[in-house]
Amino acid sequence: MATASGELGIIGGIAARFRTCPVTRLRVDLAAERLIKANAVAAVVFLAIGGLMGLLVALTRWPAVHLLDSEAFYQVLTLHGLNVLLFWIIFFEIAILYFASAVLLNCRLATPRLAWAGFGLMVMGALLTDWAVLQGDSSVMFTSYVPMQASPNFYLGLILFAVGALVGCAVFFGTLVIAREERTYEGSVPLVTFGAITAAIIAVFTIASGAIILIPTWLWSLGYIGHIDTLMYKLVWWGMGHSSQQINVSAHVAVWYAIAAILLGAKPLSEKVSRTAFFLYILFLQLACAHHLLVEPGLSAEWKVFNTSYALYLAVLGSMIHGMTVPGSIEAAQRRNGYVHGMFEWLRKAPWDNPAFAGMFLSLVMFGFIGGISGVVLGTEQLNIMMHNTLYVPGHFHGTVVAGTTLAFMALTYLVLPLIFRRRVIWPTLAKWQPYLFGIGAAGISLFMLGAGTLGVPRRHWDITLSDAILSFDFQPAAYLMLGLNGLFALLATVGGILYVLVTVGTVLFGEKVTEENALAALGPMPARVAEAGGSAQVGRHGGEGLVHLPGTYVLVGVFFVAFALYYFVNWKYLSELWPIS
Amino acid sequence: MAVRSPEVRIWWNEPVARGELLWIFIAFLWGLFMFFMMIYWHINGNQNLSTETYRVKPDDFVAKVESFVEKYKVGEEGDTGVPVVAPPPGSDVYMLARLWEFWPVLQLEKGQSYRLHLSSADWQHGFSLQPVNINIQVHPGYEHVLTITPTETGVFSVVCNEYCGAGHHTMTGRIRVVESGAGR
Repeated sequence: MATASGELGIIGGIAARFRTCPVTRLRVDLAAERLIKANAVAAVVFLAIGGLMGLLVALTRWPAVHLLDSEAFYQVLTLHGLNVLLFWIIFFEIAILYFASAVLLNCRLATPRLAWAGFGLMVMGALLTDWAVLQGDSSVMFTSYVPMQASPNFYLGLILFAVGALVGCAVFFGTLVIAREERTYEGSVPLVTFGAITAAIIAVFTIASGAIILIPTWLWSLGYIGHIDTLMYKLVWWGMGHSSQQINVSAHVAVWYAIAAILLGAKPLSEKVSRTAFFLYILFLQLACAHHLLVEPGLSAEWKVFNTSYALYLAVLGSMIHGMTVPGSIEAAQRRNGYVHGMFEWLRKAPWDNPAFAGMFLSLVMFGFIGGISGVVLGTEQLNIMMHNTLYVPGHFHGTVVAGTTLAFMALTYLVLPLIFRRRVIWPTLAKWQPYLFGIGAAGISLFMLGAGTLGVPRRHWDITLSDAILSFDFQPAAYLMLGLNGLFALLATVGGILYVLVTVGTVLFGEKVTEENALAALGPMPARVAEAGGSAQVGRHGGEGLVHLPGTYVLVGVFFVAFALYYFVNWKYLSELWPIS
Repeated sequence: MAVRSPEVRIWWNEPVARGELLWIFIAFLWGLFMFFMMIYWHINGNQNLSTETYRVKPDDFVAKVESFVEKYKVGEEGDTGVPVVAPPPGSDVYMLARLWEFWPVLQLEKGQSYRLHLSSADWQHGFSLQPVNINIQVHPGYEHVLTITPTETGVFSVVCNEYCGAGHHTMTGRIRVVESGAGR
């Protein structure tokens, strides 16, 4: 491939080396490409560490196995949260930011050296925090609620990591400015880049909240500050903790759109609607710190109701819109590709044997049905009384962050490998099964934790037999069954996770090089497409043009809505049977 | 395509398909409904968490609970040495969360209301009443006062569901509910 060594492009007086992507014809800044690779590799390393910790947690919760002793359990649970929820996801998101700016906008990356410095800070911070937890005196969980105290290095590591991520966001914004200045694209940025901008804006807010609370807490752990108010800590900490999950939502929704576009040629049904939905995230998602404060003393009911609902559920509205427009754009594209029979031919004949598509669609469905519905119920002020701090909470966020975000990022990896690492995925059969194993495993983990939480089982708890407690209590046998099934599905997800790491690492090291000739095939199976180049008149200039009906999508969202409403009312019924409290 | 710039520069003026508009409308109405449902429940529901809260020094709260126990103690829970306290219906009752117990055991009467004061002597804890499944966060320095009305008799457990260090999984408490009048 002639372009592999890179051509020298001088833009705006600054030299950057580019290659031309054989699939998209976009010019790829080699500095950006190296940074995307580094961040993606770091992400996978932390996923492997954190995922292993997750398996140990599930095997300890499984009553028949009860693997670890209590001290190790709390330590491993702390590591699990940090490594997957923070390190894996944020490294991958930085890679996405660089991809969505430099690559999609056909532009050079702003200040690659600064980006490397940010990467270095993130790696140092992550290692420092992990090291602090491994010392054994910082088993304070991911949330590190005061007045429980970790060693100063625990907080310092998180601060360094956050500063590094902030640098990454700055490089992303800088790249947007350069692309605009140097006119590397025409009109508006692509929708995927718009989603990435949403994620980055929320990230800045998130990191600022983190700095506001973690810096004083670090000083407190060093003895310079005497007292940190427990309620204030939670309020500000969750300004980081929950909002950072909204970075994930924005990023993985952008990933859904990207995969649908690359594999199926899907266009957004309406740019206006999809962008407005992202914009709702920017305006309202930050209010979600209230989700963690619904049964706290000292906060008014008005504050709780307004914030927990993201104003008037306007951010939920954003997600419900994406939940329709993403499958809708896929249906529209598939119908244009010729799959017009019946209600669901477009879906049946979608490339289910392409792990990028399978992972993306499973992520979409499970994020909506499991993570989304349980999140709204959990975040309803009064219903939260039945669920706060039970296993329902991790049940919910494994539906969003594992079945949703992680699976979407895994799916994207199968496109990143040929497009950025320029290697063909080795072991395509294993890769084909990977999203199903991981996705079904993650779904089981979520559902059985939701079930155990409904039965009152506490989260972050080593021994639900309570055998060492002075005053004993027996949870229902069904709770034990739920935890056993949770363990089984964790094993399944682990197999999926190991396959992911094996396929990824194997491909990067030993995969066949992607050339000009096999570039398209390297993306995996995809449906035959109506010609794109120059064909826009017949294809339609936006995804919904000329289409009156998307019957399959309407049925899907209809099923979703019915499930949502039923589950919502069932929980109010449960609540009405509770002891009266006021 | 979502990975390219929109082909129509002024995409804001593109028409939106009717099905899409309908879904947005339904989703918006559903959001409004869910919002007003919470407010409705504040007016007509029986399960709303009180927001009555006072700042309190942890030591002062411990002293209050101790005098409460002294006043209404009726015995001990089995051979555990944990006091059982039977306060009169309608009165202020106290439960202290500390590493690693909920103290004391309360004996309440079915169908009677009590003003329950919750606070912590040290770290944060989670008051999780089982198998009823009422869950409330307990902070040191904040005295949370809520009214509860047991509707069934029996032995109920309080399990800590906020991680509170090495002994977290040993932290429990108990509330006994007896028939109205039986405790006096």
